[in-house]
Amino acid sequence: MGLQFKTETFRDDFTFSNSPEAIHRFPFPFDSDSYMYSVNIEQHMPGPPKSHVEFPIDIDEHYVAEMQDRAMVLKEDPLRCQALPHMLTAEWDLVELLMESMSKHYPEHFSLTKDGDRWHWVNRPLGIDQRFTFGDTATLPYPPMEYVTRQCQGDFALIDQRNDMLFMDAGMITTQADWSLDFDIGMSWTEWHGPVPLAHDLGIMDRALKFLLNLQQGRPVRRLNWTMTVNPRLDTSPENYHKWGVDRTTVTPENVGDKVHLRVELQALWRLPRSNAIVFSIRCYLIKMSELVTIPKWGRRFPRILKGLPPELAEYKGLTRYRDMTIKYLEQFDDGAPTSPGFFPD
Amino acid sequence: MTTLSDIKSRPIYAGLKVDDMARRHLVAAEGEGALAVIEAFSRAPDALDRTTILYCPAGSAAMGHDTALADLNPDVFHLAPSPQTLLVRLNVMLSTATMGTRLYATGTEGFIGAVIAAALPFGVDHHSIYTEHRGSLARRVQCVHCKGMTENVTATPFTCSHCGLTLFVRDHYSRRLGAFQGVCVDAEEPGVIPPVEELYK
Ligand code: HEM
Repeated sequence: MGLQFKTETFRDDFTFSNSPEAIHRFPFPFDSDSYMYSVNIEQHMPGPPKSHVEFPIDIDEHYVAEMQDRAMVLKEDPLRCQALPHMLTAEWDLVELLMESMSKHYPEHFSLTKDGDRWHWVNRPLGIDQRFTFGDTATLPYPPMEYVTRQCQGDFALIDQRNDMLFMDAGMITTQADWSLDFDIGMSWTEWHGPVPLAHDLGIMDRALKFLLNLQQGRPVRRLNWTMTVNPRLDTSPENYHKWGVDRTTVTPENVGDKVHLRVELQALWRLPRSNAIVFSIRCYLIKMSELVTIPKWGRRFPRILKGLPPELAEYKGLTRYRDMTIKYLEQFDDGAPTSPGFFPD
Repeated sequence: MTTLSDIKSRPIYAGLKVDDMARRHLVAAEGEGALAVIEAFSRAPDALDRTTILYCPAGSAAMGHDTALADLNPDVFHLAPSPQTLLVRLNVMLSTATMGTRLYATGTEGFIGAVIAAALPFGVDHHSIYTEHRGSLARRVQCVHCKGMTENVTATPFTCSHCGLTLFVRDHYSRRLGAFQGVCVDAEEPGVIPPVEELYK
């Protein structure tokens, strides 16, 4: 049973929405009624069937529309995909990781056959049939990272490890929550996380870095991060902030359910075999407030989260202008009943 | 996005001292940075016959620092008419620099950043560059929207010299670009511009 890919947009008329199945498998990031940063890293193990973590790389009903949106972003701004020259081996590692995972878990949509270094990749939803030589850049129409990430949901950063430090030395970043690859490329872990409030002083960033420096091949890990976005816009880049920033002032009590979205990033990290680099995937999921409240537990919990959010986090995530209106809308769905522990719907 | 100034990518400059172990000293100095060079090398005069000083007076032209530096009598003293011409010469010197060469950079933050950014492609680790901030706090800022660089930014918000957007200056700093990040200040309420603060004079 293949996926039904939706025809929808993440800009202009914003026709994006989630099917009931997509709502049910949404990676709701709160396991209790309050939220603060933590070292929320766990093994990236296969989860329940149909969940967002059933497979290491999650492809869903938004796949085709997201890939079309990515192509539009890159046409306007090629700087969203950049790699420093020493990352080429890691780029090929990424080609292998994504093609193997996608073809193994979604065989009706993707297939990969290998004859030594001669690979044959078929991507049916996007109508791509490509034969190439693994390791030979001249046999692909784009550089390897760009080629494969134009065909995989989620942003990707390739991280080099030198002198007990991580460096963001390549990436395909078109669905970011307001940070710039062009500005950050080449930065160390400490530098690119510079703008994050509170977490450094709580020791969270140091502990997470230590953990990642020891990341082992074959033992990927994951974490969830979240923010909020007005309109289902994937490209909330700082590059285009002067165009989308004004969206934040367009929320009204009438449209809040439809306009305000919870934006969750499923972030996974793999150690790569040839390059010893790390791939960091940032898979973005959007859900409208009106969709979120169809799960009673989430409708109760999310207004409680928003009310208790530390002001530094609300400011950093850019929610300040529409937080109160969103709480007011959500409170209609919070009867005050206790919520069960854990992320999943009851 | 935070505008607060506790951003951890903001660089720290430890101050100039002469590296006794270095076989050559390559000094890039701008404006008031001349005084840092004079102070450091007066304490280690033996190093001067293995020292190249590249200097551009920039905003300190009337101060006579160039004469004072030349009076140190280093092995090579080059007076550049502008930071850009200094960097051209520095690039050539870095391409031929031998093992054991220590690089020093001093002057405004924008100048130090430009020297570090020039050195990175030659495999120079930024931690190995001795730096001291002197003179104005003026910043080099990259507009995140059009990618244009504006030199000598002393106030926030300011007008991008390329695309004309009004930008506030974040403390977020890229060594690769040698620049702070400028972000549109009135994106959410077009035309509503907070008062200008002269923070980087
Ligand atoms: C090596 C892979 C990683 C990369 C490339 C990465 C990159 C980033 C970037 C670019 C930002 C935005 C910073 C800005 O405002 O400019 C960010 C935010 C953040 N990162 Fe990471 N990160 C990584 C791993 C982690 C891990 C393992 C943790 C675990 C604690 C973490 C914790 C955070 C937190 C708490 C934020 C703030 C998010 C928010 O409130 O929305 N990061 N990260």
